[in-house]
Parts: sequence; structure tokens; C-alpha cells
Amino acid sequence: MSEHEIYTLRINGDEHHVKDAWIGESLLYVLRERLGLPGAKGACEQGECGSCTVVLDGDAVCSCLVLAASAVGSEIATVEGLSPDGSLTDVQQAFIDEGAVQCGFCTPGLIMAVHHLLDHNTTPTELEVKEALSGNICRCTGYGRIFAAVDKVVSVRLGASQ
Amino acid sequence: MTVLLPTSLDEALQMLSEHPSADLLTGGTDLMVEVNFNHRKPTTVIALRQLAELHTWSIDQQTQRITIGAGVPYAEMEHGPLADALPCLAEAARTVGSPQIRAAGTLGGNLGTCSPAGDGLPVLSALDATIHLSSQSGSREISFHDFMTGPKRNARQPGEIITSVSMNIPTGWQGYAKVGVRNAMVISVASACLVIDSGSNSKDNDQPSVRIALGSVGPTIIRCRETENWWNNLPNAEKRSASVIQEFGVRAGQESRPIDDHRSTAEYRRHAISVLSSRLLHRGTQS
Repeated sequence: MSEHEIYTLRINGDEHHVKDAWIGESLLYVLRERLGLPGAKGACEQGECGSCTVVLDGDAVCSCLVLAASAVGSEIATVEGLSPDGSLTDVQQAFIDEGAVQCGFCTPGLIMAVHHLLDHNTTPTELEVKEALSGNICRCTGYGRIFAAVDKVVSVRLGASQ
Repeated sequence: MTVLLPTSLDEALQMLSEHPSADLLTGGTDLMVEVNFNHRKPTTVIALRQLAELHTWSIDQQTQRITIGAGVPYAEMEHGPLADALPCLAEAARTVGSPQIRAAGTLGGNLGTCSPAGDGLPVLSALDATIHLSSQSGSREISFHDFMTGPKRNARQPGEIITSVSMNIPTGWQGYAKVGVRNAMVISVASACLVIDSGSNSKDNDQPSVRIALGSVGPTIIRCRETENWWNNLPNAEKRSASVIQEFGVRAGQESRPIDDHRSTAEYRRHAISVLSSRLLHRGTQS
């Protein structure tokens, strides 16, 4: 693919055509500025803050470090696709209930990271939760409430499955 | 700028022969930072994420030799059979960035960039790893010790793609330790990988030997050959003594060649290497 060539990304199950973009743009930039999907946030643009976390072919990654054109043929999931009808997921609701949202900037990345963790580990230990969220920086220092939100989702899901 | 997405190694090598100065992209954790900040403007990028050949690993049970594809992400080394075979690599992998970075970053990328702070590189040095490269004219292998030639410099030739690394599984204890300003999401200030080969199985003449490699404390990864020889030639009865373990660390620190930079000072790094080396040897000889 060369400069300004149109390419297609598969995001949340839908095909999106990327036009008039510079071919070196990150997936984060393309999501936000080309495709109108601003859920992933851009802060550090070097993979340090996790606010741009998306799921790429099943892996939670920093979309700022993905060359968008290299993600052709991949399955991309963003926070917008968690609940297509606009309702809140259990993780999102738990963040609200537990007061885990302050300024909200890191929240979409954290929501993606928490969903990804709980999809693979239904009963994480405290250390596993902390390690899984170690790439998502919250500077309002809300980690205690974020961990409380994760605990709540884990216990509610466990209760529902019994 | 052009982005090429080959789906096989052969196709990638063909593209690279047509664009010898192309940048090779795997996890993007180095290259995309430079692109995002306009520090590098590649003319051609060959993205290797669809090359299945690079994403596999295997253990030859007979020779106990392990081969890891250049595109295997660190996340895959942290747990499971790969971690069981190479716990020192698993420990190193777990210190790389964050889960998001470990899902993307690869040993091939670490080798391509060849930063002295690359977390996987001390492991490859301590394990005397072989680097496998392919080009259109064939494939070749080179020792890691000859591959890394300086900070961000390596022996990869134009037209070559790093395809895998291979190494023998050590017969004894192995471990990795790293110092940074925090636990997660940190570039190494100093790191060390230590491996013990348990020697003969006969209890009477069991002669353990050690290999230790240091990261972030020199222009390349540093193998402490003098420290290794000193310890390997000690009488067995002395090898585990507290004073020997302490001197081992001091000697390893003396073999490091750290500098002052924005991340730390040479003095602190040398001290950190002494502590890490002693600690690893202590763990390895008490286990």
C-alpha cells in the first residue's frame, strides 16, 4: 500500500474504509481522526499509558504502536464495540458504581484491559489484577476504586454463574 | 511511504530484496514510537505480523534444543511450556513494559533494534543463543555474541530477516533480574541473566559452572567471562560460601562498563550489577 491508498480495517465486526490518510498513521490516529471512533484516547503515543488500549486479534495492545495499515486482515475491537446498543457493560457499570472514574481519560483503556483480563481469567488474584492493569496509567490516583470495581464484577459474575 | 504486508517468509524476502533499505516491523514498540514522534520517516515498511513462520517455537526433546520464532510475542514466553523450559526467559519477558507491550513485542524486534537495554538480550547472551537469518540467497546462523556489535548495531545484512533464535536448555538453575525505577512499564537501568550448568550427573565429580550476562551497562550485552572462569575454577566446597557469592557480584560489577545517562549513573549501575549478580548466584546455588 502506498501513500493515500484506500485500505480496509475490520473493527467491531464491521468493515471500515480508510481514505485520505497518511500511510504511516497509527491505528489510534486512524480510529480517532479518520473513522470517528474516539473511544481510544491518545496521550503518550509511545505505549506507556495504555489509554489507547484496543484488542487486536485477541490481544490487548496499545493502538498507538500499531501501524494502521499493518492491521489489514486483523480483527480489531474497540471500546465502542463492547455494547453495540449503547448500554453499559457490567465492567462499565461497576466503574460507575464504585467511583472508579474521575477525569475519565484513562477509563476506556482500563475498561478494555479489564474486559480482556476477565475474558481470560474469571477469578484473578489481587496480584494478577494489578499486573494486568499495570500498563494503564491513571493519574487521578483512582486505583483503589478501580480494583474495587474489578472485584465487584468478579463476584457478580461468579454469583450469576452459580 | 509504502507499507507492504507479506503473508509468507519467501514473499517478505522478495519484497526486501526489492526494497533493501525497508524498515522491518513486528510489534511496533520501537519503530512506531519513532514514527509517531517524527524521529524517523521510513520510505518503506515491511510488516511481518502475517508471517506464520515467525510465530512458532519448538523443543527438540532429544537434543534439548529450543527454537523460538522471531515473531513470538513476550506474552507467550511468560507462562506455559516455553516458560517451563526457559524460566530465565520467562522472568525477562515479564519485565518487558506492560501486558500490552508484551502482547506486541518480540525477540526478533529486540534483536533488530539491539538496544543494550533490550530485556531479552542478556538471556540470549547467557544462553549462548544462535541467531538465524534468512535472505533470498539462503539462510545463515550467527552466535549472539557476534551478532550484537554495538548500541543499536548488529550484524544483520541488507536483505536479511531474523527468523528465529535457538539455544540449549541449561541443565541447572536459571534466573533473571532487573532494576528500574518501578516494577511495570520501565526501561532497564541494569539487568542480569545467570545460568548454572550442573555438570556431570555423578555426585563425586559434579562441577557446576556459571554463565552470566549483563544488560544496560555497556555498549553491548556484556558476558562476564573472567568472573565466570574465577567461579568455575573454585573448589566446589567454596562455591556457595557467602564471601564467594559477594565477591562474585563485585567481580561482575567490575566487568560492567556503565555510563552516566538520563536514566541513571555509572556508579549506581555498577553497584546494582554487583547486588543483582550476587543475588542471582545465591538463589541459584541454594536451590
